Amino acid sequence: MLKQTIENLGNSTIQSVWRIGFAVRFFAVMLLHSGTAFRRFGLTIREMYFTGVLSLIIILVSGLFVGMVLGLQGYETLQRYGSESALGTLVALSLVRELGPVLAGLLFASRAGSAITAEIGLMKATEQLSAMEMMAVDPIARVVAPRFWAGVISMPLLAALFSALGIFGGYLVGVQLIGVDEGSFWSQMQNSVDFELDILNGVIKSVVFGVAITTIALFEGYDAPPTAEGVSGATTRTVVTSSLAVLALDFVLTAFMFRGLS
Amino acid sequence: MNKTVLDLWVGLFVIAGIVALLFLALKVGSTSAIKTNDSYEVVAHFDNIGGLKPRAPVKSAGVVVGRVADIRFDNETFEAAVTLRLDKRYAFPKDTSAAIMTSGLLGEQYIGLEAGGDSQKLKDKDKILITQSAVVLENLIGQLIYSKAQEGAP
Repeated sequence: MLKQTIENLGNSTIQSVWRIGFAVRFFAVMLLHSGTAFRRFGLTIREMYFTGVLSLIIILVSGLFVGMVLGLQGYETLQRYGSESALGTLVALSLVRELGPVLAGLLFASRAGSAITAEIGLMKATEQLSAMEMMAVDPIARVVAPRFWAGVISMPLLAALFSALGIFGGYLVGVQLIGVDEGSFWSQMQNSVDFELDILNGVIKSVVFGVAITTIALFEGYDAPPTAEGVSGATTRTVVTSSLAVLALDFVLTAFMFRGLS
Repeated sequence: MNKTVLDLWVGLFVIAGIVALLFLALKVGSTSAIKTNDSYEVVAHFDNIGGLKPRAPVKSAGVVVGRVADIRFDNETFEAAVTLRLDKRYAFPKDTSAAIMTSGLLGEQYIGLEAGGDSQKLKDKDKILITQSAVVLENLIGQLIYSKAQEGAP
């Protein structure tokens, strides 16, 4: 009984360590075989259409609404202290530093990440990847690497669009609807948002999230058991794991970037 | 999907993303960090810096002319050594005085520079000699209570 439990624990530990090792090797091989993704950039552009352009609608609409809600709630709180002119600062800093990269990452994981996993998993289940290998076409270089680079390029652009639309939404609600002074809205925002410290760090965050999400999605698809059940399980794991990875990485990056600032 | 239509959409997406980044960089943010080659550093010693922090603005006549680059404790004079990085476009006389001020009652603290009348200008690594420490609100209240108590007890 006890021996059985310990055996189970040991087995699951070995399994998970093996899986992590496989994921790291997969990542390294993917980077090494990235040449094709740049030499035949058309492949990457095609994938950018599916991961980036088709995610645009959900990113833009969510960004607009998040910014509008921030404008309303921020105004409600700030006007109690008579400092509603700081609304621009509140909206811009929270979007550029945190909400833009994180929410765009979460949406990207569920919109594009799940699609990547399902596609690759199904390619594996229907033995398309094996067929490619038979034809001496490297599936990592032909299928996996273009999707990886497309995700890494798309993610910061999507996060920037999310932040920009969010700030526009905050402007719509704060200035146009409620009537906060337009001049102080923009000037207070410009005074407190620093290009290197806030905007560049936000971009770095979104690039890191892009790498994490696409790597997890591609690996889960590549590693999925070649059955209908296996593909569906892998898709679920992609969304769960990459969302958790985004939130955990966000904490780590924030701790490094904004530590020691008051 | 037609290849040219696909290329067009991706191109539009990339352009939109770059426009969003430019919007964030130009309209939302500002580069407050003055580059090292366009600036010079001067040191000012204060008895007490209060709540002054690195990157706090340095203002003269209310205009931001630089930033606080570094704050250290000088173990020989037992004073705070504050390094100010000033914009090279603005030159100040040698007898300029520096004071730590607060914007509003509870606002952030900044350094105010009051230009003097010397014909020589401050250069890199110079020292500002005339300084005025931060006003610590608690001390001020303490003094007020003390002086009131003195009045009350004849």
